[in-house]
Amino acid sequence: MTQETAMLRVQRGGPDNEPTFDEFAVPYREGMSVLDALIWVRANTDSSLAIRYSCTNANTCKECMVKVDGKTVYACTARLGREPVTVGPLTNKRLLRDLVTDIVPPKEKLSLLLGRE
Amino acid sequence: MAAEVSTDVLVVGAGGAGMYAAISAARNGADVVLVDKSLISRGGATIMAQMTVAAAVGEQEPDHWTHHLRDTLEAGRGLCNEELAAVLCEEAPVRIREMEEWKVGWAREGNHLKQVMAPGHQVERCVYVDFLNTGPAVAKTLRTQLGRADNLRRAGELTVTDIIVDGDQVVGAVGLDVETGEPVRIEANAVILAAGGLTRLYQRNSASVNMGGDSYALALRAGAELIDMEFVQFFPIGHLAPRMVGMDPIMWDPFRYKLGGRLLNADGKEFVQNYGHAETTDKYTAPRDVVSFAILQEVAAGRGSPAGGAFLSFKHIPEDELRSAFGPVIDRLAENGIDLRERSVEVAPIAHYHMGGIRVNTRMETQVSGLYAAGEAVGGANGANRLSGNAISEAFVFGERAGRFAAGAAAGRDREWSDAAAESAVERIRASRDISATDYGPSLAGLLVDLQEIMWRDVGLLRTEGGLAAALRRIREMRREIGDRPSESDHRFALSMQDWFDLWNGLLAAETIVLGAIKRTESRGAHQRDDFPRTDPGQAQNLITRLEGDALCVETTALVKNPIAVEPLEANR
Ligand SMILES: Cc1cc2nc3c(=O)[nH]c(=O)nc-3n(C[C@H](O)[C@H](O)[C@H](O)COP(=O)(O)OP(=O)(O)OC[C@H]3O[C@@H](n4cnc5c(N)ncnc54)[C@H](O)[C@@H]3O)c2cc1C
Ligand code: FES
Repeated sequence: MTQETAMLRVQRGGPDNEPTFDEFAVPYREGMSVLDALIWVRANTDSSLAIRYSCTNANTCKECMVKVDGKTVYACTARLGREPVTVGPLTNKRLLRDLVTDIVPPKEKLSLLLGRE
Repeated sequence: MAAEVSTDVLVVGAGGAGMYAAISAARNGADVVLVDKSLISRGGATIMAQMTVAAAVGEQEPDHWTHHLRDTLEAGRGLCNEELAAVLCEEAPVRIREMEEWKVGWAREGNHLKQVMAPGHQVERCVYVDFLNTGPAVAKTLRTQLGRADNLRRAGELTVTDIIVDGDQVVGAVGLDVETGEPVRIEANAVILAAGGLTRLYQRNSASVNMGGDSYALALRAGAELIDMEFVQFFPIGHLAPRMVGMDPIMWDPFRYKLGGRLLNADGKEFVQNYGHAETTDKYTAPRDVVSFAILQEVAAGRGSPAGGAFLSFKHIPEDELRSAFGPVIDRLAENGIDLRERSVEVAPIAHYHMGGIRVNTRMETQVSGLYAAGEAVGGANGANRLSGNAISEAFVFGERAGRFAAGAAAGRDREWSDAAAESAVERIRASRDISATDYGPSLAGLLVDLQEIMWRDVGLLRTEGGLAAALRRIREMRREIGDRPSESDHRFALSMQDWFDLWNGLLAAETIVLGAIKRTESRGAHQRDDFPRTDPGQAQNLITRLEGDALCVETTALVKNPIAVEPLEANR
């Protein structure tokens, strides 16, 4: 079996900069999710990539929403094909960094507990 | 300087145990703060649980909590803390009914709760929420109750990194504000550790990313003791291949239970019966440890599936039977390209639950004044092997108790935050400010993957002295490599700092498992030694771990016995 590669273009940066894009090559595995690829990138290529996820497989935590080719999806259920994809953060939420946006419910924000807002 | 947050009771971890503890502490009069490194109710095992919750409510058929206790002690292979186990079984029905009042929606049949059989139980005892929805329903119900409680504040994205002890009294905790990378100091009269288990430390697991052993490391560093850390439960037929997304890897259990799937080796032959247990295709009766062992041996003998497990086949089952048993799930499988009529799947044992944990009494108190524990973080109730369905009950019962007793202890006491006691914990987080955002060392996320591989290979289902010794050496090396403070920083959404704390905690928790596994020179329940295949009655004792300076010490202690007669059954419906 030859090692196939999947390509991802990933949006980087915080709210104060113009976004940039990094390209990552990831070993392709049948049925892999976009989240699998992003986790692989953090462990093998660039651990500074920010992503948010928890349950990884079960699709119950609902923390991993991102845009893949402009469409809002769960990174853990969006399948990676052999075509390159572009991954970006949700656009209707405050951007924290890279793919992570502020999805914390208002009453559960740490800034509220700390009296910052 | 004053702490940023001040409260009577701080609860660390917002899964089933932590949410119950927070609700209970609040209704017992305490001011409560509940925090989670992920989001409230979403980060841990609770929301992922699909199946059943064990409690002797006796609605399906006559039952009594002493019968539940008997089954729990039997599964625990002689090592259960019998006082904790009794509390768990006696109070589980009370919590199940309270959850029912809170409208969790347990499945019903006619005018009673529907209860089903599960392996190891002698009666139909397990409640659930349809369809495969127990965990999400439990999480949602408890979160709603959080919102209704007085004096209860809650926040996500705060990773607790140290419990602060002044003299011998807990005075609060320090955490990492994940969004800003800054330290947060929380003053509290009592702290409840409900930060869940450690199965993420294994390469093959059913865990979320937040189940890496923080509970145990936080407890040890605060001066508390752990019990029986060598007992990690493996689930025999976790999903292995093909990659399946949006599905829980332990999903095949109900399939097999209801329909009787066939476990096959690479030659297409059934093999479980060759390992001392006759298994028939229409009934799924072999105990979990036997099935796990059998799969492992087939793989070792070169008869494993391509991904390193066994094949699970439902090809012999007619389509209409598949459909009527699992309707919508069959469609989700189809989306994953899995047609059970056409192809078999590959399964293998995966790390699923931790029996060991923080040592507590029935008031959920640790040895440190003001420090409590609840949920999977607690050790002892399930001994060497957990009965299925006991984990969610344990989260409810121990959570409720921890909240109640912590509220009692915290009431009326002055808060006594100490900046001196918290200094090193605060500095550990601040130190990362000096690291430039581009200064990335060896990838910490990659090191965690290495740790997972070591744990799987050498500290997994079948252990040997040589393998354990090699794991211990490597883990200690890694502990030295990562140092005593974060080496990477990202200053905003501090995932790399989080990685460092994950490793710091995970390596310590991993070492406690290895040390326990070395010391226990026998096979019992979930702890199987290839070089000591038999259970040694002389080792019917618990192993206690504590941290002295930088070194972990393990010693034996006598079992906690609490003989209780099994009550005769009468119909109570
Ligand atoms: C896939 C799966 C299915 C299961 N199915 C069943 C079942 O059917 N029946 C059953 O009885 N049991 C089941 N179990 C086991 C059961 O779900 C767990 O044992 C139980 O839910 C544990 O509850 P908990 O509150 O102790 O921990 P969790 O629910 O894991 O919650 C712990 C919380 O602590 C947080 N946390 C961790 N570290 C920190 C930190 N440093 N600072 C702040 N927060 C932190 C985490 O983010 C998490 O939210 C299952 C487990 C899994 C993984
Ligand atoms: S990681 Fe939990 S839903 Fe995607």
